[in-house]
Amino acid sequence: MAIFIDKQTRIIVQGFTGKIGTFHAQDMINYGSNVVGGITPGKGGQKHLDRPVFNTVKESVEQAGAEASIIFVPPAYAADSIMEAAEAGIKYCVAITDGIPTQDMMKVKIFLSRFPKQQRMVLTGPNCAGTISPGKSMLGIMPGHIYMPGNVGIVGRSGTLGYEAADQMKALGIGVSTSVGIGGDPINGSSHRDILEKFEQDPETKVVVMIGEIGGPQEVEAGIFAKEHMTKPVVAYIAGLTAPKGRRMGHAGAIISSSGESAAEKVERLQELGVTIAPTPAAMGETVAKVLAKL
Amino acid sequence: MDIHEYQAKQLLAGYGVKIAEGGLAYSPEDAVQRAREISSNVWVVKAQIHSGARGKAGGIKVCKTHEEVSQAAEALLGKRLVTHQTGPAGKVCLRLYVEAGTDIAKELYFSLLVDRAREGIVMVGSAQGGMDIEELAETNPDAIKKIYIEPAVGLQDFQAREMAFALGLDASQIQHAVKTIQGCYRAMRDLDANMLEINPLVVTGHGELIALDAKMGFDDNALFRRQNISELRDKTQEDPREMAAADRGLSYVGLDGDIGCMINGAGLAMATMDMIKLAGGEPANFLDVGGGASAERTEKAFRMVLADKNVKAMLVNIFAGINRCDWIAEGVVQAVKNIDMKVPLIVRLSGTNVEQGRKIIQESGLPIITADTLAEAAEKAVQARNEVVARQQG
Repeated sequence: MAIFIDKQTRIIVQGFTGKIGTFHAQDMINYGSNVVGGITPGKGGQKHLDRPVFNTVKESVEQAGAEASIIFVPPAYAADSIMEAAEAGIKYCVAITDGIPTQDMMKVKIFLSRFPKQQRMVLTGPNCAGTISPGKSMLGIMPGHIYMPGNVGIVGRSGTLGYEAADQMKALGIGVSTSVGIGGDPINGSSHRDILEKFEQDPETKVVVMIGEIGGPQEVEAGIFAKEHMTKPVVAYIAGLTAPKGRRMGHAGAIISSSGESAAEKVERLQELGVTIAPTPAAMGETVAKVLAKL
Repeated sequence: MDIHEYQAKQLLAGYGVKIAEGGLAYSPEDAVQRAREISSNVWVVKAQIHSGARGKAGGIKVCKTHEEVSQAAEALLGKRLVTHQTGPAGKVCLRLYVEAGTDIAKELYFSLLVDRAREGIVMVGSAQGGMDIEELAETNPDAIKKIYIEPAVGLQDFQAREMAFALGLDASQIQHAVKTIQGCYRAMRDLDANMLEINPLVVTGHGELIALDAKMGFDDNALFRRQNISELRDKTQEDPREMAAADRGLSYVGLDGDIGCMINGAGLAMATMDMIKLAGGEPANFLDVGGGASAERTEKAFRMVLADKNVKAMLVNIFAGINRCDWIAEGVVQAVKNIDMKVPLIVRLSGTNVEQGRKIIQESGLPIITADTLAEAAEKAVQARNEVVARQQG
């Protein structure tokens, strides 16, 4: 099981023949992901990394049965690529691209919402490290070897902080069902809440770790969902205790612009909602271990 | 990216928003000349800095004679103004906007913002203008009207009318208000702004609606397609260290502590800073070196962190994904050798090729303190910092 991707999931790479696309496509293939081809408009019919190149996503769906896509297209064209994937019938899309304009993401979200829910493509990212179901498939840019297969789900905004969590868990012998990066932008394809919902439905996942940060209302919304609809325990860490108000901390979305958006306020709300808080970023692994021990 | 009041006003005027007659001045002579050109007997000399709350900081002066205009300009030009938005360093005023005095009957608040929960633009208004909106939200939330705009169809006139009535405007002013509100919305959408604030939006004694102040912020990710906006960038209003970092492809935010940080990834950087704080220290900066931390980039990042003279210890925390720890270790060793480091350095490496990386650090013979975990790294950094402080005091 796991969520979104497993060993059979047929993957295409949008922005396949570029330098970054090539590097990560090769890395995903080495990990064992079922990459069936890629898209580079104008290079259709060629072969790249021993796999077919298509001009359009639609062709890859028709000819190679593509189900999932990963996007390495530059920011100016990325929104267009996401919408192309959705229209072509791709079921799950990860957008790695960092720097997509906010108004482009607003358009993308409306475009996706036009589809009936059953046919609607799920988008995670942009500006994320991707998704991995350890030992099965990797649809992202993470170092696959740090994830041990297991039954803890991870959802987070940050790439390297997610690695840190997986690494701490691995050191304690705890594995991961799926790790999903939702990205550091103000408007994401999927929210923390959306991913918690998927993990709640996944029989392989026993506990979920949510790694949030300052800015936006998402972590608290996810906490409310967890309280009202989840049977599985949620562990959370919120980064940015030292972040001053009004200053952007790297991620486009990591900025405290109104009340309720600081790390301390989010932690307080999450605690009220019954989420177990990892008191420090160094304690993410051990907090998960404690929660697992109680099951 | 932020712009000045006068720039925002010029943009908005192009979208049909009414503003008072005004002009830009770089010297007291300019200011007097502008005052002569403006048909009024009261002028307002306004410091152009990237911050709100300029009035409280003495950045806005009402003048009744050309002599007063000259004096106000003399006093403001070159001055550092400190507001609650600028931080203690303040921002230097190098430009003035001289405007005709406005006969104010009513002050209103109006803004457009990106709403992250609704994933669209929200319009915010209040009949109680001139105040800080955050303050008003706390003391009197009912006085604030919010209207969400459906991004697929944009702002509709009925919504603009609803806002105008909520602002307490008269029937005779509604048509003009709708034009103003629609103009603001079009500016926001067409120019990829992520915030637009008019505080106050005033009703004059003649019943006219004028944007007395204007603030606009733009989506940095969209500047590639808004050249006319990127041209409005004023580097004198930006933190020189943050600007230098951005020009080198690094993300840096200067803070008030004394433990310098170099980390890859924004989330891990924030988490490492949290760890320093929890261990009893204070971070001097946020610095994300990004994914491809080459030796050259590492050295640049080191120089950037150490340029802050408050730094008493430096912590490097790298989780190598695409990166490799051995490459990073080589970069660190090279940076330490090239820069005459005066403060203790703590390095924690994790991820791909970690063993080789640690070996390179150990065999370099340099006085680098190493740590295996995040907690250990933060504790050692705080300890090293405390020892430096103790030595300086002893």
